[in-house]
Amino acid sequence: MPQPITATNDFVVKFANVNGSGSASANGLFAKSILRMGVPIASRNIFPSNIQGLPTWFEVRVSEAGHMGRRGGVDMMVAMNPQTWDRDVAEIEPGGYLFYDSTRPMPKSKFRDDITVIGCPLTEITNAAYSDPRQRQLFKNIVYLGALSALLDLEVEAVQQSIAAQFKGKEKLVPANYAALEMGRNWAQANLACPIGLTLRRADKVGDRIFVEGNAAAGLGAVYGGATVCAWYPITPSTSLAEAFEKYCTRLRKDPETGANRYAIVQAEDELASIGMVIGAAWNGARAFTATSGPGVSLMQEFLGLAYFAEIPAVLFDVQRAGPSTGMPTRTQQSDLLSAAYASHGDTKHVLLLPQDPGECFTFGADAFDLADRLQTPIFVMLDLDIGMNDWLCEPFAWDPNRRMDRGKVLDAAALDEAKDFGRYLDVDGDGIPYRTWPGTHPEKGAFFTRGTSRDRQARYTEEGAPYVDNMQRLLRKFDTAKSLVPRPVTTPAREKARDGVIYYGSSSAAMREALVALEEQGVHLDAMRIRAFPFHQDVADFIAAHERVFVVEQNRDAQLRTLLVNEEEIDPAKLVPVLHYDGTPITARFIQAAIADRASSANVLPFRKATP
Amino acid sequence: MTFLPKPKLHHPKLPTNTVGLTRRDYEGAISTLCAGCGHDSISAAIIQACFNLSLPPHRIAKLSGIGCSSKTPTYFLGAAHGFNSVHGRMPSVLTGAYLANRDLVYLGVSGDGDSASIGFGQFAHSIRRGVNMTYIVENNGVYGLTKGQFSATSDKGSVAKKGAVNTDQPIDLAAIAVQLGATFVARSFSGDKEQLVPLIEAALLHEGAAFIDVLSPCVAFNNHPGSTKSYDYVREHNEALNKLDIMFNRQEITVSYAPGEVTDVVQHDGSVLRLRKLHEGHDPTNRASAMHHIMDRKAAGEIVTGLIYVDPEPSALHEHLGTVTGPLNALGDAELCPGVDALAKVNASLR
Repeated sequence: MPQPITATNDFVVKFANVNGSGSASANGLFAKSILRMGVPIASRNIFPSNIQGLPTWFEVRVSEAGHMGRRGGVDMMVAMNPQTWDRDVAEIEPGGYLFYDSTRPMPKSKFRDDITVIGCPLTEITNAAYSDPRQRQLFKNIVYLGALSALLDLEVEAVQQSIAAQFKGKEKLVPANYAALEMGRNWAQANLACPIGLTLRRADKVGDRIFVEGNAAAGLGAVYGGATVCAWYPITPSTSLAEAFEKYCTRLRKDPETGANRYAIVQAEDELASIGMVIGAAWNGARAFTATSGPGVSLMQEFLGLAYFAEIPAVLFDVQRAGPSTGMPTRTQQSDLLSAAYASHGDTKHVLLLPQDPGECFTFGADAFDLADRLQTPIFVMLDLDIGMNDWLCEPFAWDPNRRMDRGKVLDAAALDEAKDFGRYLDVDGDGIPYRTWPGTHPEKGAFFTRGTSRDRQARYTEEGAPYVDNMQRLLRKFDTAKSLVPRPVTTPAREKARDGVIYYGSSSAAMREALVALEEQGVHLDAMRIRAFPFHQDVADFIAAHERVFVVEQNRDAQLRTLLVNEEEIDPAKLVPVLHYDGTPITARFIQAAIADRASSANVLPFRKATP
Repeated sequence: MTFLPKPKLHHPKLPTNTVGLTRRDYEGAISTLCAGCGHDSISAAIIQACFNLSLPPHRIAKLSGIGCSSKTPTYFLGAAHGFNSVHGRMPSVLTGAYLANRDLVYLGVSGDGDSASIGFGQFAHSIRRGVNMTYIVENNGVYGLTKGQFSATSDKGSVAKKGAVNTDQPIDLAAIAVQLGATFVARSFSGDKEQLVPLIEAALLHEGAAFIDVLSPCVAFNNHPGSTKSYDYVREHNEALNKLDIMFNRQEITVSYAPGEVTDVVQHDGSVLRLRKLHEGHDPTNRASAMHHIMDRKAAGEIVTGLIYVDPEPSALHEHLGTVTGPLNALGDAELCPGVDALAKVNASLR
């Protein structure tokens, strides 16, 4: 047997549970209690498209160093689901730990001899203490939490504080949970060797950071961004975004005197109606958005062409999941880039924002409304399930008190009276962005007909070639203008001069940063660029030009960002080396490190390693 | 027709309404539909109704989908913003526009292809949500712009211009609107301006989801013998339920009716819909009997027209959503952005 793993504040615990068994609450308590000890964690739910009965996992990465990406590998498995026992046991790192309910004896063949097996008769303990079956089930989770606190040196006070916070307003439930916690803790202390090799130690590495999911952050961003109309259709993994918007609006967007809502939320009959309502509302001067996922974006294609061509601001939050078709609805991917960037028939290009974590979901969520109004076009905020539905530790949300909404080029009645000639599609300023008016503004001036058919600069219907081309060219100029308005890419130079670079974006960022450190230790030096928006800033082409090869790390099969780079920046495809992870689990630092180290051209890497791909 | 711009000049003695506008001020561009198209009569009725009601044209938003009917908003209310959206999706765009600004008058114009086929779902959901709008379907039972295919409102057994016989059941949009909870449902005929104009006026005044199914013969593809949407057929089978006069508190119309013949429906805004009953057994304020009456007369081969159903106390989506009384698009930073202190509290709750 290999040496049992020993690590302090740097390990991965994975819980294997049955969906609907109440485990999520106990697992959340485990995660938050570690944060209370000042130790950073990254936690991820891996769940099925199911309400009850199917397997679900919760992975907690403890990382005092602050790595927020998924690491890969499991140091301790809390195996509570017989359905997935075999693969759960197989996933444990050699030298790792298996914690399980030992009430029923298991054959020796069900274990491994290179791990430490820790049995705790959870069912026996809870059956003795409780008679109600539901209580037995729920408290079993708290009992294992108690046992883990003893095994891992998780401070019991931290767990108790987490329980008290969780049951705020339902204080009656607190003592019973404390009791169950003690039950598990006492049993472990009396019967097991505590602590094991994996231990927690109080640190001061969390600071004032917040722990929040990206969907909630984006919903809050929409509140701060001034959205008043939300039209949406339920779809995993975006549903909690619209729900968060509603929750924050209920709290923050009521008229203080009348209690009336300064917002309108409609659960539409489908995604077509959702985007239709968003377009109607935005046409009429409200800030409006929808939240959806890949299948919804597919359904919205025709309307997105209309919004592009008729130049109507709209904000879409696309919380990406694994496609195509229904795909893996509860698994993560970055696979909607192309369908969003070029949504609709005909020639179109759309602005995409690529947040890396909930912090950017909030800021980009608010910025998207300014960009939509400024550019008069749909803006996609591209989250994914990993960012959207998992709680991430990130910097507290910040807001500039002097910031005001940028409503873009909108003429009011006074401006119309002063204007010489209003033409809805007239490029007055040379930036490709025309002026618009809202319905109801002026009795005589500024009315125009909005349509998806071709029109001249005065918004008059035409099928003549020249005005059509003129308009399409102006739309390209407008897209060029967008390059200077969207968030700029962020470059991190290597410590030593690097011949190769790497481009990454979105939820791959945390794992990428960790991989860069590991690669550097290995002698592989890479300049790194995190792309935050499409269209690409000039910096992107310059970065690629400055390197021999650029790895493009993304979470889809077809290297969609790479395709956009090749297509829009006319990059030689041979220069862009795809690093692709698309099995539906979040990308890991280990994966990136291995994939790049294998192919890196750094002089510090032994050349003969290239022989083994 | 012609693409020549309409001359703006008009006779100085043209009568004006209470906002000082003439009927000409409610017109739009010259129609490009076929000569004799029923839709042009509907445009004229809309113009007349808006003029009669003295609605400021720029406070109306006119929205449509795709098809011959959906082209018509170009031909009326030139001073109003218009939105020719995508096929079958006018209702969602209109719903969004209404959410943004509840103070405008929303006029949705659609056709039978647009509302009964591709947009059947959006038609249904906009009505069941109670969007405050006037939703007019210009119903000719045919796809005109693609040259004569049957639509979902074509009657079973009706014959296409080229001889094909329709074997599918028709959708009666008015009956469905009653079932869906529309608070105002009417049917009329594009050739009957006397009936149509007051119905449009009443619908525009109605503060809820108002639906009007207007039979509108297609002179190019559906006006032949064998069609059940032709001028001749509709004239022969038209059974008016009632005759409608609208009275405002400020200008009482002096029409005398024999007692028992007249039903007055007082709308929420104070206007009175005075209905002279032409059909025994039809009560326009009773949803169930209105539905029964449509079915009953249909079985007898009649097309019932007039005001089929009205709820004098309708409610609309904004009330259901509990939104502020003013337009959402007029709210500024102070009302919309909760500010830094509120954000500090949110941050604290996430630690």
